[in-house]
Amino acid sequence: MCEYCGCTTTPEDIQIRDARGVVHTRPADETSIEVLTGILDENDRLACHIRDHLADHRVLAVNIMSSPGSGKTSLLEATIDAIKSKYRIAVIEGDLETENDADRVRAKGVPAIQVVTGQTCHLDASMVHDALHALDLSEVDILFIENVGNLVCPASFDLGQKANVVLLSATEGDDKPAKYPVMFRGADLVLITKADLIPVLDDFDSNKARKHIRELANGADVPEVSARRPETLEPWLHWLDHQVEEVKKATADRPATHPHHHHHDHGGHDHPHAHPHAHSHATVLDH
Amino acid sequence: MHELSVCQGLIGQVERLVAEHGAKRVTRILVLVGPLSGVEAPLLERAFTIARMGTSAEDAELEVHEMPVRVWCDTCQMETEAALNRLVCGNCGDWHVTLRSGDELLLKSVALDIPEQEPAAAG
Repeated sequence: MCEYCGCTTTPEDIQIRDARGVVHTRPADETSIEVLTGILDENDRLACHIRDHLADHRVLAVNIMSSPGSGKTSLLEATIDAIKSKYRIAVIEGDLETENDADRVRAKGVPAIQVVTGQTCHLDASMVHDALHALDLSEVDILFIENVGNLVCPASFDLGQKANVVLLSATEGDDKPAKYPVMFRGADLVLITKADLIPVLDDFDSNKARKHIRELANGADVPEVSARRPETLEPWLHWLDHQVEEVKKATADRPATHPHHHHHDHGGHDHPHAHPHAHSHATVLDH
Repeated sequence: MHELSVCQGLIGQVERLVAEHGAKRVTRILVLVGPLSGVEAPLLERAFTIARMGTSAEDAELEVHEMPVRVWCDTCQMETEAALNRLVCGNCGDWHVTLRSGDELLLKSVALDIPEQEPAAAG
């Protein structure tokens, strides 16, 4: 008998437990299909495809996330200056509007693809996938994906990256990890940026930020850096070296890909590979 | 507010099931959502009323089952309930825990209205 309405039911009937734990028993006049797959399954499958494609080319992809204005592009500029003689770098820039950030990166002599998301508050795997077609991955060691400045939505979308780096600027407040747990729980590295300002701020305590991150069951390193003081970038650059080594190890048994030849399996998706513009527009309307 | 993007993904999956099973329409969709998925259940419900328009789920009811946040403590080997932004063991307070529940974003089941096959020799 149904716990909810008291109707008599047969073994073929459908039982659904709601948020309060009440079991509703539905008469079997409809066909219920058990699915149990991720709602973002399509995004996740495309992210897996990107991951595979990046591994073919032994590319380290890092998804950089933070609130707007916490210094993602400044960090990238300083990072490019520090390591461009050592690694071949490419950048995907996600912004609601303008090509400004891509221009700043290009001024450093590094290829950058600007994804203008319009009203969309995050990058998703399809946007990154489209942008990748405008890059020659055989010429790239490290791909930085600068996500849309937002501590909420980007956390839910896998882009095929190897690691997530979340920036927390000293001017934002040390309790941000407690306020945005989904984002900071998923961080593989948290960088406290604008750390040169800490001495003049009287309300930012890096150890408090670290404590909030530990309380999200996250053991990630949380170094202090400043894009204006290149010597402070050392822990971040060391972490990148380590990630590059891991990619090399993990992809050692993959056959070498032929340079300048862009061919890969799209798992049934049929679409053209030639992209005339190094510029991608997202069409999903969301904010 | 990325719940609309999430809903569009959901509708895409549901539409594929409708085509696979030759269904007429969708009557009910049950999803499991944990708060650590980054999706808010009330926003998902509201976004669904927009995303379903013009699809075979137009009249469907969306049931969102909110999952509790539960962690397994590696130190004291106990499973306890935890707050969204304090994923520590409820028994000993250690942060060396594994999430057991709370980050779900799953399509659990879909109820379909499938037209009965008319017998060929009817009448």
